[in-house]
Amino acid sequence: MRQKGYKFLIAGVGGQGTILASDILSEVGIRLGYDTKKSDILGLAVRGGSVVSHIQWARKVYAPVVGEGEADYLIGFEWLETLRRLSSLRRRGVVVANDHRIDPMTVSSGEAEYPSPQHILGELKKVAKAVYVIPGTMTALDLGDVRTFNIVILGALSALLESDPGIWKGVIAEKVPPKAERINQKAFDKGRGLV
Amino acid sequence: MARVKKSAAAKDIMKKALLSGNEAIARGAFEAGIQVAAGYPGTPSSEILENVAKYKTIYAEWSVNEKVAMDVAAGAAYSGRRAMVTTKQVGMNVLSDSLFYTVYTGLEAGLVVVTADDPGMFSSQNEQDNRHYARLGKIPLLEPADSQEAKDFVVRGIAMSEAFDTPVLIRTTMRTSHSKSVVSLGEPEKPKGAVPPFTRNLEKYNSMCLYAKKRHPVVEKRLKDMALYAESFPWNRIEWGNRNLGIIASGVVYEYARETFPKASFLKLGMTYPLPRELLQTFASGVRRVIVIEELDPFIEEQVRAMGIDAAGKDIFPPVDELLPRTIRRYAVEAGILPKEEEEPPIPVPENLPGRSPVLCPGCPHRTSFYLLSKMKLPVAGDIGCYNLGTLPPFRAQHTMGAMGASIGVLHGMGKAALPEPAVATIGDGTFFHAGLPALLNMVHNKGLGTVIIMDNRTTAMTGHQDHPGNDYTLMGEPTKSVDIPTLVKAMGVEKVLTVDAFDVKAMEKALKACTAFKGTAVLVARGECVFVSRNPQPAHVVDTDLCVACGTCSRLGCPAIVKAEERHEKTGKRKTKIDPLLCIGCGVCRQVCPSGAIQEPQAK
Repeated sequence: MRQKGYKFLIAGVGGQGTILASDILSEVGIRLGYDTKKSDILGLAVRGGSVVSHIQWARKVYAPVVGEGEADYLIGFEWLETLRRLSSLRRRGVVVANDHRIDPMTVSSGEAEYPSPQHILGELKKVAKAVYVIPGTMTALDLGDVRTFNIVILGALSALLESDPGIWKGVIAEKVPPKAERINQKAFDKGRGLV
Repeated sequence: MARVKKSAAAKDIMKKALLSGNEAIARGAFEAGIQVAAGYPGTPSSEILENVAKYKTIYAEWSVNEKVAMDVAAGAAYSGRRAMVTTKQVGMNVLSDSLFYTVYTGLEAGLVVVTADDPGMFSSQNEQDNRHYARLGKIPLLEPADSQEAKDFVVRGIAMSEAFDTPVLIRTTMRTSHSKSVVSLGEPEKPKGAVPPFTRNLEKYNSMCLYAKKRHPVVEKRLKDMALYAESFPWNRIEWGNRNLGIIASGVVYEYARETFPKASFLKLGMTYPLPRELLQTFASGVRRVIVIEELDPFIEEQVRAMGIDAAGKDIFPPVDELLPRTIRRYAVEAGILPKEEEEPPIPVPENLPGRSPVLCPGCPHRTSFYLLSKMKLPVAGDIGCYNLGTLPPFRAQHTMGAMGASIGVLHGMGKAALPEPAVATIGDGTFFHAGLPALLNMVHNKGLGTVIIMDNRTTAMTGHQDHPGNDYTLMGEPTKSVDIPTLVKAMGVEKVLTVDAFDVKAMEKALKACTAFKGTAVLVARGECVFVSRNPQPAHVVDTDLCVACGTCSRLGCPAIVKAEERHEKTGKRKTKIDPLLCIGCGVCRQVCPSGAIQEPQAK
């Protein structure tokens, strides 16, 4: 157990599975012996809007939210959303970024330009202690279900946190539908091998 | 469904569980021996009943609206069954009419009303502070700070309800409802078996003015008794720290304040109406300075000041938006309560990043209506549901929106104002059942002029796909009779009723023109299943780049799957279209509007 615990922020697009990911990450925290709290945004924003989940592991957690400049890990499910939530990262924090782009309506209508992923990566590298770019969406597509990319990302995170993969896999087994368990376990293993 | 049952059962045997505030309230209902629960879906409250429905000892239903849900709970509690009602904060406005008679009547068994407020307005049309309802209704108010308290307060709320013969209000906020924290699970109370015949105590349960007049003094006395009870309410507690600063806080704000002021003295309130006068006096006299930190209105602060305690609050912390630890710190520093610390500012985010508002999903049946309304430039009275996204670009086609079911009444008013153009109302199936029916009857009776588009996607989509009277199943998964909207509307006396496939653009356009040309009340039922109901994705469409003339017509559909290609049109220099194969579900609406035949089904290529 890490004395200070960990603060995570997951940033993504509504519908990408941020809540399943935050559910798993929270439950893993409990099984690692931490007090854990998390907070999600539901409702209107889930229809393709910008969404975040806050997760904290510590000896004792009060507020269920991660403030600006507090996240040890910024976990981005989409390039633009990763950049948008960069202020949540603490100085010298770590970024885990899914290599995937979803154009918002402002871009597809032509009124705004999507900053290139290379540019975004540059911005992230300027301030983060480390940036891990995970080809989560491509890996999940290869596995046969693009939705499992969130588990690929969690697999990578589990390796960075040097935690027992058995704990993670036990939680995943409980949180995903039984018929999707095998593919999600595979996604986790793939992700764990990516860092 | 089998999965859901397994996880609910698994939770029961564990001593501790990580639960959201809403899951914890459901668990509390189970442990408190509640047997009837009703509500209407609305963020951030919806998951309460969805989780209640997993407990086999509780009858749970999505009622047609919040007022009906309250009546259902009252009826059950009059009959001797413990009951619960759930609502989001604005739903309380609908519910309160019926809540207020139960304040006078009292109940034969415990009744709790849960309102989930939305400071920060993540999914609501206003930021009203429902704690005022406790004061207006003269009923006790409990505010849980985390999931453990959310569960415990339901159990205690039922006990209080029975002890004082009153409904009890539990108020969460979006953060308490949607945050997860660890909860110790208790043993459920054994639910009652058969109940005795109905209590015929009409002097108590019939609020005719003659009888109600005698009940009012009872309500006032009860309020005084409950203020005494608040003195020993276990979740109202003083935590002495440094005596220079005393903070009064309730709900999740207590957690924020604890984190921000680790050394201060605290009066942590779990019951915020009526307030414990002696406890407040003790606390105030034990510290140099009293500050109330609360989100939204100065609900606690004004009561505390009325007791003669010199407390600060809203002069430091604003009455708008949610408070977070960081904002509390900022205002406290500004007010000189906390020293200004030399800390590194957060990492700056580049300005002017492309915004990402929510959008209608790929394959959404509402898309056709808003594409046409935008194209025909009709004034539209809008309503509440996913289709309110028709307000945002590229459509900008819901020109008003205010409350559930309001669209039809507003349309009627627009018609009576004799506008120079035909006007339209947009309302979903769930919202139509909730509060649209009386408004449409009103239009028929009062000879209204206008077109009501009932966007029938076969579910209550925005809040998470709950059932409504148009569905043939209930919250508990039982088959039931579904109400056919065109038949219903005809029976209400609407003469012009057209029913069209919402994915057929030409047919929709023709019907919309026919309805808006009609001199009277017309209803267009646009039928198309929500993608989360049909769950039948078709192969993604493709764009023949050679045929695409970059005219931008498809962009006016506001579909997330339609994106700009790198390739530009040789003459205009405009970017051509491509379709994201991971997002497209092949609904074909873009194919129908493409004037150059560039968008095709995959096999056509």
